[in-house]
Amino acid sequence: MDLTRMSRRGFLQLAGTLGVSTLLGGCGSMERRPYTGPTDPQKVNGVFRIGGIAPLTGPAAIYGTANRDGALVAVKEVNDSGRLKLELNFQDDEHDPEKAVNAYNNLKDWGLKALVGTTTTGPCVAVTDETNADGVFQVTPSASSIDVIGGVEGSNEPAKHNVFQICFTDPNQGTASASYIAEQKLADKVAVIYNNADAYSTGIFNNFQAKAEELGLNIVSESTFTDDSANDFTVQLNAAKSEGADLIFLPVYYTPASIILQQADAMGYQPKFFGVDGMDGILSLEGFDKSVAEGVMLLTPFVATAHDERTQRFVQAYKELTGSQELPSQFAADGYDCVMAIVQAIEVSGVTPEMPAPEICERLSETFIQPDFVVKGLTGDARWLETGEVDKSPKGMIIKNGVYEAM
Amino acid sequence: MGFLTNLINGISLGSVYAIIALGYTMVYGIAKMLNFAHGDVIMVGAYICYCSMSYLGLSPLLSILLSVAGCTVLGILIEHFAYKPLRNAPSLSVLITAIGVSYLLQNTALIIMKSDPKVFPSVVEDLPSVELFGGELRIQAITIVTVLTCIFVMLGLTYFTSRTKLGKAMRACSEDKGAAQLMGINVDMTISMVFAIGSGLAAIAGVLLCSAYPTLMPTTGAMPGIKAFTAAVLGGIGSIPGAALGGVLLGIIEIFAKAYIGTELADAIVFAVLIVVLLIKPSGLLGHTTTEKV
Repeated sequence: MDLTRMSRRGFLQLAGTLGVSTLLGGCGSMERRPYTGPTDPQKVNGVFRIGGIAPLTGPAAIYGTANRDGALVAVKEVNDSGRLKLELNFQDDEHDPEKAVNAYNNLKDWGLKALVGTTTTGPCVAVTDETNADGVFQVTPSASSIDVIGGVEGSNEPAKHNVFQICFTDPNQGTASASYIAEQKLADKVAVIYNNADAYSTGIFNNFQAKAEELGLNIVSESTFTDDSANDFTVQLNAAKSEGADLIFLPVYYTPASIILQQADAMGYQPKFFGVDGMDGILSLEGFDKSVAEGVMLLTPFVATAHDERTQRFVQAYKELTGSQELPSQFAADGYDCVMAIVQAIEVSGVTPEMPAPEICERLSETFIQPDFVVKGLTGDARWLETGEVDKSPKGMIIKNGVYEAM
Repeated sequence: MGFLTNLINGISLGSVYAIIALGYTMVYGIAKMLNFAHGDVIMVGAYICYCSMSYLGLSPLLSILLSVAGCTVLGILIEHFAYKPLRNAPSLSVLITAIGVSYLLQNTALIIMKSDPKVFPSVVEDLPSVELFGGELRIQAITIVTVLTCIFVMLGLTYFTSRTKLGKAMRACSEDKGAAQLMGINVDMTISMVFAIGSGLAAIAGVLLCSAYPTLMPTTGAMPGIKAFTAAVLGGIGSIPGAALGGVLLGIIEIFAKAYIGTELADAIVFAVLIVVLLIKPSGLLGHTTTEKV
């Protein structure tokens, strides 16, 4: 008897959840209940509730936890200095769009007024659709696809004016990499290995190729892999080697990159390797032999070993917070800059925490696109275009003795 | 030189497939079931070896032995709890149970080891690679070890099934379980032994696979498992030399397809081989054609 009752209740719960999610996800803004968040000054008590979504477990956890910890450092700094009162609530999305939307719904129950996140592109596109419909201001630290902001050339999504990026867009990473390699005369013959089942990788490659052609950079070999074949790169490396490539451009994430580096080392092939922001994190990979990554170059806006005072103060605070000696990656700095950009925009626009979320969103968005709104962040001096893309200059980094150094 | 390098890479990959396929073929040949969880036993074996080397600091050899022992026990347990109760059930039920076991192993590994990939340290790190033609052609130590292991395992299994008492008992069970039982063979025990040997082989395959292609995730065994199944069918499932031949051929086909046709199409070509074999020679290259009375 118990069993039947249990299962019936389970069924009702399931049906309920399904019903709610169809209502939220399927019907769009027509039937969506307008979201404001808590507006009672007593209840709000002067505290800005900022939500965060990132993969805290799963394959992209290295990026997500770095985002979160960087954001936590910023929140602590702001609260300690008394500029604003912030409360940050981070939810796990496991690098899964569906779970990211669930996380966002949890944050709405909690009463967020602005969102930091999400870390990776797929979940971020799903969440930006939601925040756009609700009118919640969102800044993503590292989701670099143009579909996140929408409305630009090549994007499959409509423009989302509530969303801003701290990181470069994929096209910009490809273009910037080609320019950097050409300007610094790093190579005569370039090979590319990219994941043609992944929008991030293919997007960067296409723009890299276009720019390389324009600058007369000689791409001698381009080879692909997919998620299913991401454990063996001997064929691709052989192709690059036999064409005499002296630089391999890797617009891929750090897991396949780690295998490429190890297999190249094992076959005694020593070209230069050049990566993009997905390569960041390779030094934190468990069991990875850092010596094979020696000399790997990557374009990234943040270097933890830079000697300026702000970077050093951030590194110190980050180590205290995480309790480890691991240096913060670019993703930690992105998380920090996200919070700092929101804080600066709140101060400039003069919004208050008890305002309804859509009003906050409108005023913060207007502030972000003003030409004189510049956030002097850890990842460079950032301005934003009307599309939500960031405008700042990338830095080249090189791995030396197992740590990143500025080139 | 590119051709030779690709050929060697193909043989190396193929030898790993061959060792996995030997496990498939043993279990199919004797217990007459497709153990789709075999690929995931490989993953478990690799994790045991990884943990013993990285966390316990044991030597590679000891870690491999521990991994083989662990997988052998795991194989016996899987057989006892999942397949034995279905001994007289239709083969479709057993097949579906095997898929269930596969998911169980993958998700258990996901809970325990988490999904972030581990970089597997090579078990033959200290051995140097061989350089030929003045360094133009380099054969890695792991390639040589894998190929030698594959040949050794194949010869060992052939000897075992044709000469030893237990091996003969296995062949008897394969031919006719009822008659074997009447002759005084303990069928249950014999089938348990088949799983023990198959899973022990899976552990070795896992260690070699991850030494050559060093990422370890809960899904690591899935794709090689399916490709090894294809290899076993190509060679003639149930035939020990057939599995070894099929594995090596499939590895070479895969690498050549990648190198000369396109990386996108390599997997499609590998599985197309399965379809072609099933159409032209369903019993495989070295398989026996049997006539069945209906």
